[in-house]
Amino acid sequence: MTASGDAPGIVLASTAGQAATKLGDVIGVVGGFLAILLIIFLVAERARGRLQRPIAIVVCVGPAVVLAMAGLVIPAINTFWLSLTNTAATGQKFQIVNGKLVPVTTKFIGGSNYAFAFTDPYTRGTLIRTVLWIVIVPLLTVGVGLLLALLMDRMKYTSFFKTMIFMPTAISFVGASLIWELIYNAPVYLPNGQPGSQTGLLSQVVLWFGWKNPPDWLQTPPGNTFLLMVILIWIETGFAMVVIAAALKAIPDEVIEAAQVDGATGYRLFTRVQIPMIRNTLVVVLTTVTIMSLKIFDIVRTVTNGDFNTDVLARQMYDDLFVTFQSGRGAALAVILFLCVVPLVAYNVRQLRRQRAIG
Amino acid sequence: MTSSTPPILDAELPGGRQLPVNTVLRGAEARKAIRSAFSSPVASLVVVILTVLWTIPTLGFFLNSLRTKSAVYGSGWWTWFAHPSFDLSNYHTVLFANGGEVLPLVNSLAITIPATVIPIFIASMAAYALAWVRFRGSDFIFFGLFALQVVPLQMALVPLQRFYSTGAHIGSLTVFPALHLEGSLAEIWISHTMFSLPLAVFLLHNFIAQLPSSLIEAARVDGASYLKIYRSIVLPLAKPAIASFAIFQFLWVWNDLLVATIFGGTDASGQPVTARIVNLGGNFGAHQELLAPAGFLAIIIPLIVFLAFQRYFTRGLLAGSVKG
Repeated sequence: MTASGDAPGIVLASTAGQAATKLGDVIGVVGGFLAILLIIFLVAERARGRLQRPIAIVVCVGPAVVLAMAGLVIPAINTFWLSLTNTAATGQKFQIVNGKLVPVTTKFIGGSNYAFAFTDPYTRGTLIRTVLWIVIVPLLTVGVGLLLALLMDRMKYTSFFKTMIFMPTAISFVGASLIWELIYNAPVYLPNGQPGSQTGLLSQVVLWFGWKNPPDWLQTPPGNTFLLMVILIWIETGFAMVVIAAALKAIPDEVIEAAQVDGATGYRLFTRVQIPMIRNTLVVVLTTVTIMSLKIFDIVRTVTNGDFNTDVLARQMYDDLFVTFQSGRGAALAVILFLCVVPLVAYNVRQLRRQRAIG
Repeated sequence: MTSSTPPILDAELPGGRQLPVNTVLRGAEARKAIRSAFSSPVASLVVVILTVLWTIPTLGFFLNSLRTKSAVYGSGWWTWFAHPSFDLSNYHTVLFANGGEVLPLVNSLAITIPATVIPIFIASMAAYALAWVRFRGSDFIFFGLFALQVVPLQMALVPLQRFYSTGAHIGSLTVFPALHLEGSLAEIWISHTMFSLPLAVFLLHNFIAQLPSSLIEAARVDGASYLKIYRSIVLPLAKPAIASFAIFQFLWVWNDLLVATIFGGTDASGQPVTARIVNLGGNFGAHQELLAPAGFLAIIIPLIVFLAFQRYFTRGLLAGSVKG
């Protein structure tokens, strides 16, 4: 870290140097990875006869399976075990040695962490809010996305509108949170209690409409949770719209023609023909957005950090695991999250199996 | 389209084209006619209103980044229209003061590029073998990988962190040595690669499985090995799907905060731009005028990537979901 007294030129030069080193490293890593891959392929391709097939399978599928085991399967099992242990009790069952987490002792305590999760008032609030997130956000996202897709399906020159609505998808949750803080800024009051010059758009708009004393939006439950949901809906609607629009386009023209010959027009064409034909797509989008709402972390952490009754499962879990080191409790929350997603993905896998069997 | 039966009566269309009136409209023509018949001013109005609503937050954010400190504190961004200002000093402060945002931006690139390239190859290899070198258990592996998206990221973090620092052991037997990668970006690259696999294999498999089988069988007959087919046929043909996954993964990694926070260590010089902004909000909570330019610098690169490639983005996402 350079002292603030340094000339800007020196700071700039050292930054440029560091940046060049980093990017050089990156090129080296990517190049090295590709070179190793190519060498493995060139060597393995020499195999002929009976060994050829098994070698190809191991080379191609092996890395993915090993990484998935190490990064997802084993940690999942590990977390399940952790959730049954006492690492919650005092919060001091992990020690930090040289910046690393080292477990002290572990004791099996059965379902106590789960019992805690469902009886602790704070955690219960977190669970209820998480349920609200996974009900409200997917429904509104898919609803607005479907509306836009249907309307634009009948319009010309839609690419500009589509791009503008899809654009938030590219913005990080953190960036989106900053963007929306400009909307949700607390209302400004003069010393005499009258509204002053506002910096938050929402406050200004409600003042224009005649609400004289709006509250501090983000600190007032339960409304603040809904304001946070709006951010996620804003991000995901473009995604829903684009996928649904493509599904509408994929409906064979003959179907539309036939329906038209039969006299289906406008609204009836939507409800009787188009929506049933894109049901599978709607389900896929709905589950995707549901999973995303369930795992929501960044928005809550950046905007309120879970304060003012806005905490959700993934955010509280982060605190348990990495801030207060109540690992057992955090792991129990992770398992609860996991169990919530299982039915959704199981449904998707069933759909996929059917498709794969047909295709 | 040339029709064998000549039209009896022709009507003038708005575009100036002639169309037989008493022939049944087919295909794209029919869709176009239906579309124009149903498009109403109300529908257009709704679309325009929603688009404006969706754009206002980003627009306000951008305008705020161009305003002076006193303006940001004293009034809302919408007063920009009454008092337009193009003050870039906040951008200068964000980029070069207090350690600056240049290095975090470079860090983000340094994290994102390998974390995008590595999964492309590992996932496309797996997708190819699962689709074309079908073997006993290939279905199980495919569905297993897909189903792994149920594992929440947060669930994997603690065990993975311990795995990186102490390795894997069964009793006192070391199955896998500690990697000792602390402080380097390798932990972040490997973690992102692992977490991306369920989606990556799924998307790429959908596309690769639909390649014409005649091509691959012909290559087999010519004596090409399985691996050679991946390298010389599948990889080049799968480019559209790879492009879409690459964009998806680029955006995801660039925008990630959690993985970078956990595995990036506490060293500020290694922070990506998302972590830097969160710290900016915390450490300089009073410096509201810096948040807008800092945030806008962070979203500009993904926005460029997104706008340049959005066609591929949707095409790849659709490979699986639309069918059926």
